Amino acid sequence: MKNDGVKIIKTTTWSPGPGCHGGCGILVHVKDDKVIKVEGDPDHPWNQGRLCSRCLSMTQYMYHKDRLTKPLKRVGERGQGKFEPISWDEAFDLIEKKMKQIRQDHGPESMIFHQGTGRDIGGWISMLAYAYGSPNWMFGLSGISCYTPRLMMMSITQGDFAVVDAAQWHEKRYDDPEYEIPETVTIWGQNLPATCPDGFFGHWYVDLMKRGTRLMVIDPRCTWIASRAKLWLQLRPGTDAALALGFIHVMIKENLVNMTFIEKWTNAPFLVRTDTPEPILLRETDLAPSGKSTNFVAHDPVSNEFVIWDSDNQTYSRKDTTPSMDGEFTISLTDGTRIPVKTVWRMYKENVEEYTPQKVSRITWVPEDKIVQGARMYAKSSPSALHWGLPIDTIPSTIPTSQAVNHLWCLSGNLDNPGGNAIARYAYDVVTYPYHSGGSILSLPPEVAEKRIGINDYGPIKDFRAWAQPDKVLEQIFTKKPYEIKGMWIQTANPLACTGMEPQKWHKAIKQLDFTVCVDLFMTPTAMLCDVILPAATFLEKDSLKAWWVPLQAIKKVVEVDECKSDIEINLELSKRFMKDFPYDNTRDLFDSLLKSAGITYQQLCDNTWMIPPKGHSSRPYYRHEKGLLRADGKPGFRTPSGKIELFSSWLEKWQLAPMPYHEEPPYSPVSTPDLFKEYPLILTTGRRMGPFFHSEHRQIPWLRAQQKEPVLEIHPDTAQKYGITHGQKVCVENWLGKITVKALVTPVIHPDIVMAEHGWWFPEKEGAEPSLFGVWDVNVNQLIPMGHEGKGGLGSPIKSMLCKVYKAKG
Amino acid sequence: MSEYAMLIDYEYCSGCKTCEIACNQEYNREAGKLGGVEVQEFIHFLQSGRLYITNIPHFTKACVFCAGRVKKGLTPACVQHCMANVLVFDTLENLKDKIPENRKALLWTKG
Repeated sequence: MKNDGVKIIKTTTWSPGPGCHGGCGILVHVKDDKVIKVEGDPDHPWNQGRLCSRCLSMTQYMYHKDRLTKPLKRVGERGQGKFEPISWDEAFDLIEKKMKQIRQDHGPESMIFHQGTGRDIGGWISMLAYAYGSPNWMFGLSGISCYTPRLMMMSITQGDFAVVDAAQWHEKRYDDPEYEIPETVTIWGQNLPATCPDGFFGHWYVDLMKRGTRLMVIDPRCTWIASRAKLWLQLRPGTDAALALGFIHVMIKENLVNMTFIEKWTNAPFLVRTDTPEPILLRETDLAPSGKSTNFVAHDPVSNEFVIWDSDNQTYSRKDTTPSMDGEFTISLTDGTRIPVKTVWRMYKENVEEYTPQKVSRITWVPEDKIVQGARMYAKSSPSALHWGLPIDTIPSTIPTSQAVNHLWCLSGNLDNPGGNAIARYAYDVVTYPYHSGGSILSLPPEVAEKRIGINDYGPIKDFRAWAQPDKVLEQIFTKKPYEIKGMWIQTANPLACTGMEPQKWHKAIKQLDFTVCVDLFMTPTAMLCDVILPAATFLEKDSLKAWWVPLQAIKKVVEVDECKSDIEINLELSKRFMKDFPYDNTRDLFDSLLKSAGITYQQLCDNTWMIPPKGHSSRPYYRHEKGLLRADGKPGFRTPSGKIELFSSWLEKWQLAPMPYHEEPPYSPVSTPDLFKEYPLILTTGRRMGPFFHSEHRQIPWLRAQQKEPVLEIHPDTAQKYGITHGQKVCVENWLGKITVKALVTPVIHPDIVMAEHGWWFPEKEGAEPSLFGVWDVNVNQLIPMGHEGKGGLGSPIKSMLCKVYKAKG
Repeated sequence: MSEYAMLIDYEYCSGCKTCEIACNQEYNREAGKLGGVEVQEFIHFLQSGRLYITNIPHFTKACVFCAGRVKKGLTPACVQHCMANVLVFDTLENLKDKIPENRKALLWTKG
């Protein structure tokens, strides 16, 4: 406490307020129980004193006149915007009564628990859904196209997630002697300085540039960071797989792959059957009835015999073998049939053969010489790190695309090395955001878990992530098959303005449900439709914890604002009401239990504020596959079915998806729909990040809104001229699904055949009641993007590669 | 000479405009009115045909170099929070040694 009555509290950020994925250390200035200023904490290794616009605007956010501060009950028609304040007891009683009625009459699965982009909500909303008994916990973005496809692909390829090593595991950061500055960072589809990507701080790349890192940027737009790159590849949206395969083609042709790493750590030597309709991995069971289907087969060149790879023991049956990498053989099955087999590596090389720079240039629009230059720049640098963004998820072919890009660091050996792509685990293995139902706070009995929507449609939905598949959920709300959906709990989500594609359909769906609750901090177009609205706390008004990825840190309750309550407390109170013997009395109990793997209590975490795992801990790099720190059995290798990095994926094979990467055209493109392209001759891409706003948030914060007043469409000067459009003019962006009217931003940063529309816009200052809903229908570009175009594994959707026409708006 | 000045290593300015908001918070300025700093973006085609984007934080009439903060031993609000760490605040004399090599920079003095 200083003598001016100001108390300064050290804490960290996550979600409500700045809205982002958090991580920064801050110093909060409090006077008379009110936050008067928020500053960056110079002692925190993550941001080192810096802090973004959104966090610096916290006082305007917390004490905003439009902030929801009391629970509200709808008293008019849905969408009419008539609500009356009620007490928390009344709100909890009403919700308990209504939701228990639905559970009794229709079963718990008829209630959907709908979240927005992953931040701190995953743990707490899944806890509530499971306490209630519903398996239908959902993120509403079509094809779950935000990080999940990439996470899934990394998980099945290399057994763990990986992110660029920007020294975030070291307290001293770039100066730590163990760290190496990347020679090259490839930024694939992300405008880092304008964003706070998952578990990362965008400006770390500016730090690295100053320390000598060269950049390659792959982006349809020339962003500031692209203009600073040694090499900028302007690709056509949705063709990322082709570009990655083109890189791999060049790397193999020019012998720029790391063969020592590939031989030792990948399944490249395993044999693949080619007698089957689709190639499949040869397994021990094919050779001996007593064998195991989890064991694989390779060829020993010295004895010219076949050897078994024992996945349990992580050894070959002939200990001293160096199996053949490249070859075709004939082998006898148990019934004596002789069949042809090939090594994965042979097959892999054949698979990329067709992706010549010439062909890839035709697909991606990137000039041939730049493709070759890019492949060389990535592969010849050491260490070389690759940062990928959302465009890898927002295409129906996200699985082969993620796989191809993921393979770049596997083929170059830039995995868990200093300055490469480091394996990222939750610090101290503390799970605050579960991916699988197994990692969640509560679990469901199998007969309930099986009712999760989409589980029988898609392998990755069944086996990787515990979410219901959102396209299938929306469909089921209308078809009512195989069972009816009666209610929705919406928390940290605004599907009408942000996560919902074809938001007209979400609007109709939400309105026809029997009972809906929305938990938020401000009134939104979505909240306008709900029966009960609960006012949530910002991160400065709640206790929480974060371990994504590092450090493990405490979020401390600094003040209270009116009657706002934290998401965690709201969900805990209701969980107790829905579940007999709910195991936690209060949030402290819950946090202490989550912190068990770190061996500390929540109080101890608060005393430390943040903690980085010590050297040698399995949640801290480097080279953990060599040290036996990745697998549960302590053996060297990876957490995959075979223990190897699976270039030919046994998981994809199991899900009946192509086990190796390939390019697939977006569903709507000049190539796949040439007739439609005649009518809609521009590629519509969306979702570029805006510094002052996080997705659909912050439009009501005066300092932030002053930086950008309304949504824009980026259009190239040549294209604008062709259509008689001038800078600043109102234009209509239209396709067969819908139309919006926004302001033209005429700029050469965008390709002449592509336009970029911003997402997440609505106007808190406009009329909230229907039909306006804060003007969302005038500007929400998602009206031009379909639901139901999820990719083959239930993941991915064409959010960044649609078609449209643009013309001057009347009047 | 102990006059303070601001050195701007603007080649690394990403244009995030955090400085504008840091200034607004420090002085509780009204949104939409002139703050102490405003970032200007320039989009140029180099002779090679390459696009090049430059952002320059422009210190305005309203900027007082955070005299109050500096007195307390702090750096100006924009300097502390600059996400790209491109603002260096020091005495003119000390700044001479901090001028970056091999790239242009700007020096703002109070006069």
